[in-house]
Amino acid sequence: MASLDPATVELPTERPTRVTAVYVYEAPVRLWHWINAVSITVLAVTGYLIGSPLPTMSGEASAHYVMGTVRFLHFAAGYIFAVGFVFRVYWAFVGNHHARQLFVLPFWRRSFWIGLIDEAKWYLFLKSRPKKYIGHNPLAQFAMFFAIGIGSVFMIVTGFALYSEGAGPGSWQDHLFGWVIPLMGGSLNVHTWHHLGMWAILLFVIVHVYAAIREDIMSRQSMVSTMISGVRTFKDDDPD
Amino acid sequence: MQGLETFYEVMRRQGITRRSFLKYCSLTAAALGLGPEFVPQIAHAMETKPRTPVLWLHGLECTCCSESFIRSAHPLAKDVVLSMISLDYDDTLMASAGHQAEAILHEVMEKYKGNYILAVEGNPPLNEDGMFCIVGGKPFLDQLRMVAKDAKAVISWGSCASHGCVQAARPNPTRATPVHEVITDKPIIKVPGCPPIAEVMTGVITYMLTFDRIPELDRQGRPKMFYSQRIHDKCYRRPHFDAGQFVEAFDDEGARKGYCLYKVGCKGPTTYNACSTVRWNEGTSFPIQAGHGCIGCSEDGFWDKGSWYARLSDLHGVGFGIESNADRVGLAAAGVVGGAVAVHAAVSALKRAQHKGDTGRNTSNANGSSHTGDAA
Repeated sequence: MASLDPATVELPTERPTRVTAVYVYEAPVRLWHWINAVSITVLAVTGYLIGSPLPTMSGEASAHYVMGTVRFLHFAAGYIFAVGFVFRVYWAFVGNHHARQLFVLPFWRRSFWIGLIDEAKWYLFLKSRPKKYIGHNPLAQFAMFFAIGIGSVFMIVTGFALYSEGAGPGSWQDHLFGWVIPLMGGSLNVHTWHHLGMWAILLFVIVHVYAAIREDIMSRQSMVSTMISGVRTFKDDDPD
Repeated sequence: MQGLETFYEVMRRQGITRRSFLKYCSLTAAALGLGPEFVPQIAHAMETKPRTPVLWLHGLECTCCSESFIRSAHPLAKDVVLSMISLDYDDTLMASAGHQAEAILHEVMEKYKGNYILAVEGNPPLNEDGMFCIVGGKPFLDQLRMVAKDAKAVISWGSCASHGCVQAARPNPTRATPVHEVITDKPIIKVPGCPPIAEVMTGVITYMLTFDRIPELDRQGRPKMFYSQRIHDKCYRRPHFDAGQFVEAFDDEGARKGYCLYKVGCKGPTTYNACSTVRWNEGTSFPIQAGHGCIGCSEDGFWDKGSWYARLSDLHGVGFGIESNADRVGLAAAGVVGGAVAVHAAVSALKRAQHKGDTGRNTSNANGSSHTGDAA
């Protein structure tokens, strides 16, 4: 673990070896990742409970505020998620080049698609050894671009559109996001799409957690520890 | 339009005292959500403005809008609308019929060219050149276009005219089409509901006649004063919602205690209308007060969004089965993906065990040259 000082950080991109350690995820990116993980968990649980509420409370209505609390948690976590996402977009501009990967799909770059097929082959057990990657591998980048890059925007836009219904006409939420409701064919449809979005993100989380652990064990670079320390290390000295 | 009677003159002629007239003005101001300073403004407009004729056409509809309209209590449709505004043509309500009725339509259109209001109940079917709805021997589509040409504004009564309603529900065999998709060059005020609330209907008409302008509309073209909030926002059962007290079944204790109907499919949280404030039948009640959830009749396409007794709409329109909803689709997908992940993990573990000897040999070989073939 010799090369942690910034001078050598970006240099060995071509041939990372066992002694190479690349600082990939800067502290704000890591912090965002874990805040996102917590807020998505809270959003999914409370969101589900808004759609399918808990069993009825007995006694006077004035003695309880269950649905109110569930909704408050959902809205609070939603705000944290949205503010975090805006910050993350900002960091894509001012952070290192790895911070941009989440928002970019290099559609016209041939090597990206070749890499994606290569990585897919490894996941289909058609190859016995994957390539080395300093940032996200192409398959991961592809999944994250849609699930987090696009998915977050979709959930934030539909979420604030629904929130604007309570905030009322004239609120900033209504000005910025109210147009979504007629566009999607009414409030009920926005609810349904927002609900489906939750499930889509949940599917991503299942695959994401599995792939991260599997990569940590089976790939040629560090994975889970990298999202804690920010440093990517490699398990062999082979080229490519 | 000089020499034509004003609203006030007509009302006096009908035997309405000035005192009653001023009372009516206050009531109207209150119904429109306006402050007391607007009362003299309304009175002044009524005293000086000539009556504006309203032509009321009927397309594919069930007449529930008319039925609702004639039951308006504040202001009374009988006193106000039928005598006050010149409802010069309404083939359902007018005494004359046949050629006589059609003659009046043409007469008003000519005399008040560009100054009459067109109120449409129902909508035109477009398939087979509009032959699914014939009025006076011609397709309703033609009549609608003809009358709309010189109208000052168009009011789309009810969900039929505003959204299409039941005749436009899947598969919509006659291609029933809401008015705003046929008439595109006139200001259109949508007053959705199946039917709309009587007071909302008379309120919209009275506003347009007294202020000589269309009411402020929201993004979907509905008057803000009646459609800016959801039923849920002003529902008297809302405290039970926030507390988490729901009717779980229509015969349970919660139903008897008047808990929130959310879990039995109330569409109040997604429906924009004034039912929970204005209510129905002289403010007597509204569906939720009667113990049944809102069915969302003033929302676009409410027939096609699944059960009236389920919170989640079905995903039939998105290409899933008629029984599917977001949770069923999501849970099934999560099951498939979770299963795939488990299988993948098992295969990965097997592969790893299989290659364990390999890997051990290779890591000792710092060059790893034996692997370059695989990695390429």
